[in-house]
Amino acid sequence: MPNLANLLLDSYEKVPDKEVLVIQQSGEKDISLTYQKLIDQSICFTRELEKSGIKPGEVVVIVLEHGLDLIFSYFGCILHGCIPSIMPFLTEKLIPEKYCADLAALVAITKPSSIITYRQFQKEILVGLGNNTSVRSIILVENIHKCNIIDLNKIGGLIRSPHDIVLLQHSSGTTGLQKGVALSHQAVYNQLISYRKAIRLDSNDVIVSWLPLYHDMGLIACFLIPILLRIPLILMSPFDWIRAPVKLFKAISDYHGTLCWLPNFAYNFCASKIRESQLENLSLSSLRAVINCSEPIKFESHQRFLNKFLPYDFNKSALATCYAMAENVFAVSQGGIDSEIVVDEIDQNTYQSKGIAKPSIPNQPTIKMVSSGKPIDNVQVKIIAENGTELDDRHVGEIIIKSNCMLTEFYHRPDETQKAFIDGWFKTGDLGYQVDGELFVSGRKKDLIIVGGKNIYPQDLESLAMEVPGVHPGRVVAFGVYNEEIGTEEVVIVAEIEKNINDIESLEEKIRDNVTRNSSIALKNVYLVNEKWLIKTSSGKISRLANKNKYLRETKLNNYQ
Amino acid sequence: MGKIDKEEIIKLLGKRIATDILKKPQRIITADEAIISSGLVDSFSLVDLALFVEDMFSVQIADTELNAQTFDNLSQLADIIISRKK
Repeated sequence: MPNLANLLLDSYEKVPDKEVLVIQQSGEKDISLTYQKLIDQSICFTRELEKSGIKPGEVVVIVLEHGLDLIFSYFGCILHGCIPSIMPFLTEKLIPEKYCADLAALVAITKPSSIITYRQFQKEILVGLGNNTSVRSIILVENIHKCNIIDLNKIGGLIRSPHDIVLLQHSSGTTGLQKGVALSHQAVYNQLISYRKAIRLDSNDVIVSWLPLYHDMGLIACFLIPILLRIPLILMSPFDWIRAPVKLFKAISDYHGTLCWLPNFAYNFCASKIRESQLENLSLSSLRAVINCSEPIKFESHQRFLNKFLPYDFNKSALATCYAMAENVFAVSQGGIDSEIVVDEIDQNTYQSKGIAKPSIPNQPTIKMVSSGKPIDNVQVKIIAENGTELDDRHVGEIIIKSNCMLTEFYHRPDETQKAFIDGWFKTGDLGYQVDGELFVSGRKKDLIIVGGKNIYPQDLESLAMEVPGVHPGRVVAFGVYNEEIGTEEVVIVAEIEKNINDIESLEEKIRDNVTRNSSIALKNVYLVNEKWLIKTSSGKISRLANKNKYLRETKLNNYQ
Repeated sequence: MGKIDKEEIIKLLGKRIATDILKKPQRIITADEAIISSGLVDSFSLVDLALFVEDMFSVQIADTELNAQTFDNLSQLADIIISRKK
């Protein structure tokens, strides 16, 4: 099997003039890159890593904005044989000290040898790292100038074995950054081959993406797959897209995009925030699949999307779905490619009371579940009960998977790695059921919040709320509540407050501000309660699920008053 | 819309943001309170700001201007609106 460096150099040698990547940046002209240009620029980073004494197999953390330098440095690392790990870039609202603390948390576990960043961050990063750090060199993009082509046959990346780790993926926050998913060349390659077949990828395809590269959907489906498999990619920045979502559709229309991946919230976002006047003269007829992935898929979101974009030549059969996770490199299952996606209308009562997805009964409330498709051909899926026994079709249980593209480990976390598997099967922490091979993801067993496709660990948000004076230490709970209007979860924080607090509103504001400025989410819903409101389990732990249910009951009650 | 003064713009914008973005109609946003760098208007709602300004004052705010360097409070945003209405 070729490793990823082999794949890149093969394109460099065989199709140097093929245009593989178009970078769009707001207010600037599109930049088109051939393989020749892409590799020539990336090699400058390879050379710099070599000069800095960074060895193949060592981790390099990249702290750069979405753009050319990020792309070149990423491939520069792979060509050198070291392991790139992208740290989500600082946003306007984040407090720099917290960002440095998060970086330090990542560094403490991952032990990178180098960090690639901008000159303006060098000082802050050095302070954040302290004296006893694994980082031997900070590479500044400003110092990367044109370089002479080195002997490509001697680069370190070529001799990495299939089982060597090629990259790390993290989710955000202190907890996520300390749990890096380590993937081997073999795993990534196996996913590429299997997923290519599942989506019938061919040379006529054009992928259009606004997704960030620190996330599996952006990194694998919308970056590595197209570039390694010679499929043209039109890439814009998530920061540009969120400010002008029409740009995605303009790029699809201009470049005849055929494939696009979106998290569920983006269907609502695009349907509600784009004006008809902005869509005039655009045609979406080239799209053969818009793939909903990374957060729970909602029937209603698809309907909103269709209502908005059918008049602009969007083909209804292009709606597609996927269930994916970084631990499996990317896709577990895929639907909507060879046939339309399956919608299963089930009886709400049986589903909620017994965990069984029975077909709907006339005159009873129903839920429309959208299938995430069938497992791709290198992945096996099982649904298991609490006691580990396999469940029949239509019974809801934990989704467990086995494949030849699983993570090697959570990097430097043998404890987490061991906990994640049961008899060689990876426990996803997601709940779902199957019907005739179609996989329906219905909920989550793990206490994770998914906001706009981003995985958020509630414990990180709870710690931030507890920092605010007046909040009872240890008596805070964070969870996600699905909001149909925006198509994703909204974070709610319930906090017990100390006696004698008079200004409730100002305390709410302080909690909101502290969480927003120190995490990747913007907190809106703070619910302050008196002492002893929160429900504890028999072992004395605060139960997020029980408290979420209590919150829902109470706020619903309040709404009726 | 006829002539409109800065204070009025700030009041109208503040009300709209509090109602439609923050979902807290009672929340008063002061003229010099940071709205972008503070995360009060989150990234998902920045595009709404541009749409509000277009609807209410027939003034265009480009997507490249939706950042704290261009304006970070209602006073600065109102100045932009006034300068473009001339």
